[in-house]
Amino acid sequence: MSGFSAVRLLREALRGQTGWGQQWRSPDQPQAAYDVVIIGGGGHGLATAYYLAKGHRVGRIAVLEKGWIGGGNTGRNTTIIRSNYLFPESAALYDHAVQLWEGLSQELNYNVMFSPRGVLMLAHNVHDEQSFRRHVHANRLAGVDNEWLDAEACRAFCPPLDIHQRRYPVLGGALQRRGGVARHDAVAWGYARAASALGVDIIQNCEVTGITRANDGAVTGLSTSKGQIRAGKVGVVAAGSTSLVMAMAGVRMPLESFPLQALVSEPVKPVFPCVVMSNTVHAYISQSDKGELVIGAGTDQYPSYSQAGGVHILSHTLEAICELFPMFRRMRMLRSWGGIVDTTSDRSPIIGLTPVPGLFVNCGWGTGGFKATPGSGHVFAATIARAEPHPIAAPFSLGRFTTGRLIDEAAAAAVAH
Amino acid sequence: MLLIHCPWCGERAELEFRHCGEAHLARPTNPATLTDAEWAEYLAFRDNHRGWVRERWRHVHGCGRFFNALRHTLTDRFAASYKTGEAWPEPPA
Amino acid sequence: MTRLVSGGRIDRTRPLRFSFDGRGYTGFAGDTLASALLANGVHLVGRSFKYHRPRGILSAGVEEPNALVEIDRGAGRREPNVRATVVPLVEGLVARSQNRWPSLRFDLAAVNGLASAILGAGFYYKTFLGPGRDAWHKRWEPLIRRMAGLGRAPEAPDPDRYANRYTHAEVLVVGAGPAGIAAALQAAASGGRVMLCDEQAEMGGSLLAEPVAWPQLAADLATLRANPRVTLLPRTTAFSYGLQNFVALTQVVEAAGGLRERLWQVRAGRVVLATGALERPIPFSGNDRPGVMLADAARHYARRWGVLPGRNVAALVAHDTGYAAAFALQDAGAAIATVLDMRATAPDDLLAEAAQRGIRVLPGHGIAATRGRQRITGLLAAPRGADGAPDATRATPIACDLLLMAGGWTPSVHLFSQARGQLRWDAGLDAFLPDAAREAVTCVGACAGEGLTPGLPVTQLAAGSARARKAFVDQQNDVTTRDIALAVQEGFRSIEHVKRYTTNGMATDQGKTSNMLGLAVVAGELGRSVPEVGLTTFRAPYTPISFGAFAGRHRGLLFDPIRSAPLHEWATQQGAVFEPVGQWQRARYFPQAGEDMHAAVTRECLAVRNAVGIFDASTLGKIEVTGPDAALFLERCYVNAWQKLGIGRCRYGLLLREDGFILDDGVVGRIAADRFHVTTTTGGAARVLHMLEDYRQTEFPELRVWLTSTTEHWGVIALQGPRARDVLAPLVEGLDWTAFPHMAVAECRVAGVAARLFRVSFSGELGFEVNIPASQAPAVWQALLHAGAAHGITPYGTEAMHVLRAEKGFIIVGQETDGTVTPDDAGLTWLIGKAKPDFIGKRSLSRPEMQRADRRQLVGLVPRDGTTLPDEGAQLIASAGSRVAEGHVTSAYRSAALGHPIALGLLASGRARLGETVLATSLTGPPIPLEVVAPVFLDPKGDRLRG
Repeated sequence: MSGFSAVRLLREALRGQTGWGQQWRSPDQPQAAYDVVIIGGGGHGLATAYYLAKGHRVGRIAVLEKGWIGGGNTGRNTTIIRSNYLFPESAALYDHAVQLWEGLSQELNYNVMFSPRGVLMLAHNVHDEQSFRRHVHANRLAGVDNEWLDAEACRAFCPPLDIHQRRYPVLGGALQRRGGVARHDAVAWGYARAASALGVDIIQNCEVTGITRANDGAVTGLSTSKGQIRAGKVGVVAAGSTSLVMAMAGVRMPLESFPLQALVSEPVKPVFPCVVMSNTVHAYISQSDKGELVIGAGTDQYPSYSQAGGVHILSHTLEAICELFPMFRRMRMLRSWGGIVDTTSDRSPIIGLTPVPGLFVNCGWGTGGFKATPGSGHVFAATIARAEPHPIAAPFSLGRFTTGRLIDEAAAAAVAH
Repeated sequence: MLLIHCPWCGERAELEFRHCGEAHLARPTNPATLTDAEWAEYLAFRDNHRGWVRERWRHVHGCGRFFNALRHTLTDRFAASYKTGEAWPEPPA
Repeated sequence: MTRLVSGGRIDRTRPLRFSFDGRGYTGFAGDTLASALLANGVHLVGRSFKYHRPRGILSAGVEEPNALVEIDRGAGRREPNVRATVVPLVEGLVARSQNRWPSLRFDLAAVNGLASAILGAGFYYKTFLGPGRDAWHKRWEPLIRRMAGLGRAPEAPDPDRYANRYTHAEVLVVGAGPAGIAAALQAAASGGRVMLCDEQAEMGGSLLAEPVAWPQLAADLATLRANPRVTLLPRTTAFSYGLQNFVALTQVVEAAGGLRERLWQVRAGRVVLATGALERPIPFSGNDRPGVMLADAARHYARRWGVLPGRNVAALVAHDTGYAAAFALQDAGAAIATVLDMRATAPDDLLAEAAQRGIRVLPGHGIAATRGRQRITGLLAAPRGADGAPDATRATPIACDLLLMAGGWTPSVHLFSQARGQLRWDAGLDAFLPDAAREAVTCVGACAGEGLTPGLPVTQLAAGSARARKAFVDQQNDVTTRDIALAVQEGFRSIEHVKRYTTNGMATDQGKTSNMLGLAVVAGELGRSVPEVGLTTFRAPYTPISFGAFAGRHRGLLFDPIRSAPLHEWATQQGAVFEPVGQWQRARYFPQAGEDMHAAVTRECLAVRNAVGIFDASTLGKIEVTGPDAALFLERCYVNAWQKLGIGRCRYGLLLREDGFILDDGVVGRIAADRFHVTTTTGGAARVLHMLEDYRQTEFPELRVWLTSTTEHWGVIALQGPRARDVLAPLVEGLDWTAFPHMAVAECRVAGVAARLFRVSFSGELGFEVNIPASQAPAVWQALLHAGAAHGITPYGTEAMHVLRAEKGFIIVGQETDGTVTPDDAGLTWLIGKAKPDFIGKRSLSRPEMQRADRRQLVGLVPRDGTTLPDEGAQLIASAGSRVAEGHVTSAYRSAALGHPIALGLLASGRARLGETVLATSLTGPPIPLEVVAPVFLDPKGDRLRG
């Protein structure tokens, strides 16, 4: 892999771009056997393969992707990155990711455009205020940056914001300055390129159709649309399709997969400096480097694998955007799309071992998986390599649904009095 | 927006309904006799199947009834809806 | 002027003035901004996204990638990125060019074009990696962002209004060209409701360029208009096609009263798509100069708008329709310099007609380059070599001021594809056509391939173009054939990857002119066929749709319904400060002159403790549970025992989720053997009713019990304080006070109104809650105020209510609990009916995690210094240096009754730590030492409320 740099860019410009090779190897056919196979070529799966190859001596590694890498939720999300979660277990996981984000472009020699422009979460009622201030206290104690802004300070940080909107005026907000956005496609491509350079086989258009197991129940290999593959260990990182893959090994999961939509506006000159989230009125917005307003909508209420949702979901979000930012009413929606998000009952992910020896799973990221990509891959790689949970991953075990040790991040925004 | 057939009221827009999860998961009659794992299975573990699924809906902004429906989770098409307690229809071939 | 003296559909009796970049021009009613600009000889209209190249008007419709302008209709009505080709001209229209500085003609950023070799596809992924880890964010990204974007976002709130309408139709026809009009006439004849929409201001589609068809068009539209069952919607775009024939349309209204757009959501029995086809541009060097135009667009400008977009016209054709355009322009008075036919041979009849017209045709030719800075002045015609590329060594210069491109036709299958219809590749027509449909939909006309003839296949159109310099595929995003070839070279094989890496097809025209060409270039590079490479997904919307149309009337106070309690109006008159609680507005406190919140709340609290306070508790959720099995039903749901609760008695009920955590609480009164009055939290009412209904209907269908929401039926007035009975008693009829202890309920009359009277206390004082029909609440409230005047009755709000209950250690669900709190955590184990075999959530309470001794338990907290109020949400730590949270402060108030701050909190093993000191984190100073105490601060024995 020849390095990317400004000098190289100039050299290639002078010789007609002839020196650029494939960014990652994509063999048409898999080898007959691998020591570790990762199912799912999204950001999390590719990151897992990269950290396995880089930091653990596990032998031959392959990533199997049924479509094209990065074509699922990695390329369909609104790229928000933050770590200001309430519970220490969550904050540790997501902050591990943010720390990796901060050096990821250099690590991968690929500009993933991590842009810590600050994530501002708005409070619209007393309950929000109490909840977000609790987050601020908890995060600061855990060493995660988060600060409370009053309403005027929110407007100063995000000038388009109307803090006096009539129905749900802004009372204040929790700001994480280290939070921000990144270029989602580049994350998949950058990890693929770096993993490929370390010898990982990335097999695209290769759908897993079965999981083969030995008499003792342990995983021995996979049936795929490109034939049988023997595998020592298998890591399932299949997001919305996790239940389907795990069912091939006879494992039922505490997951439901829902459609989640997002949209962008037409591009405009810089007008929106940060990321703003409002759980109360359901609005999530930032502006991409290209100039598009990037807006996250909600999930539909029913599980679906259709990657399509209802217009009323988009309307609901745009109503909120138009209230918070009244000058955007004349902006236009350019493109909308849907993804499939796998959600758990406590809205926290599952990372770890499964009842099947040799089978590992990383799923349940719901609507917020992109932000965790590097951290998720990093701790999952260690978990697979050592066949025991990485300390940061340990609380996110499948077993918590049995013991009741849930990590319920949604709960803190629970009922109002 | 889905068009949903309520077995009591007929076809109505999705906005009148609330989805209520996988159908035919009866609450154990004597939970105290279950192991933790069995109880967790009831609480959290779901088929999450791609294909025809039996699911619960409630016509919450209409008659208020819970009912079941057969829907395909890849096409989002309904094959049938039926009242609580009725036998489930077989999915279309 | 390039306006023809006659012809076209414009109204020459109605001249309209408009301005572009500050300069005044004149057009006519019926013009678009684009046709009016062309009529005034204006070809340079915009600058491209990346290289800031001069760009003109490529098309005559929604597919326009280049002619994007800012339209300014005054304060708050400025709009970026508007396609000049779809804006009907109106008097006084103000338009400006975008993405240029200092001016459109002289744009400094055009220097980017010089560096285009460096700024190729995906260049930004390969650089900006230093210096330092934050170089991208700190140094490079701001530069990139300033260069990117197109127009300026609006800066002031939009004063216009938007509307929304849901409707049904037997038949919805999308597209009012010849096929759509025919379909609408046919559908109308069968009698159902028919809707016909078209994105243009004038219906007719391709017929608008066929003067001979105009009389019939007018007659057909008149027929439709006369039919009351037919709705004609011009300027209406069907942009999203959802399941079960649910189609979203947006209509531009621009009515005088400020109604700008209307969103239609139509459930149609059958949808007819007559969406036509779009002409393909052709990739060659310099194909983006102003004056390079789609051939059929030029024909439309001449025929429909009476505009000659060029006097000396050249044409590059790959399809027969290019000849028709050239002939039409010649008929309108243009000189046709040359027709370059990319095909080896042209049809004999066209060659014969060209010869007859004196037009030179050069078969087998392409274009090696074009000339002209801000408008085309000429081109280099060259024979195509074996690989399809023009042979520049044999090029001939040809002068022209307009170059037509006729690259063939791409059916508009966007909506069909959105409707999850399958597409098939028709090799003969060289196009994707609708195949199997999933919806009740019919495609007619050009979008179904009807009436289309084959031209040069698109792969041959693109053949050899990857070697051309600056042959643009996506003109707006400045994606060239070389960019696409580079992406393929770098391993991006999927068309979705190529799209994302190069941004081809991601501009505001949504790839209408670029997607097929992009596919063809990729196919050529990979040596595959177009269908093997596949299509990118057609995503909604078909054309960009304003946010305001989606939001509709949901703005300002109508953003979300407001629920107000029966005494809301009275509280407003008293100057109450309200807080939103869910959709409810609740009075938080009642400040008197000069009081801040703290002063008002202190006064209100003391009034309750020392005299009597009055409080509007109407927002509490209420459910009437009736039937012979009502008690058994509650027994199975709530943690408490209910069967032995006496008639006329109340109990504090606790409801869990099946996972064992507290869901809701509230007082439940037994009105009769088969009738319970259940209350819930304000925010939990709907959730609780939904859950109880679920169990009633699906788990316990054998029980004879019915649930009715009575939240809005009852107004609830709480009277709390030692003088409460003194105020109330004189107004009560039909109650035996001697048999009315704490936690009793009775039906009686209060101030002459039939009431359910509860003796309950959420303040720790003697207390009553008067339930009367909501409509009677204001009258009863006034009567109580009147009766209480002598006793110092004081209205109080939710804030004082919170302080009062905290002094008594009563929890608030959602504040002390957060979905992770069990009954034992909250100190409420005593509520659980000991003999009960089961209730919702019981099984979960025996899971190992619920049994841990170090679970966080409800405690009281008092500052060691007696004065410092800890922060709600503050984390509790054991020592100053600790980073380990052992709990948090859930509520904290200054207690006037106690004379010092108090707090409630959840603390690990809290009940075993009474007397210990813990520290509460502070955002502004050192942590605050707190003593751990029992959570009941006042009157732990409850003497006051039993008084």
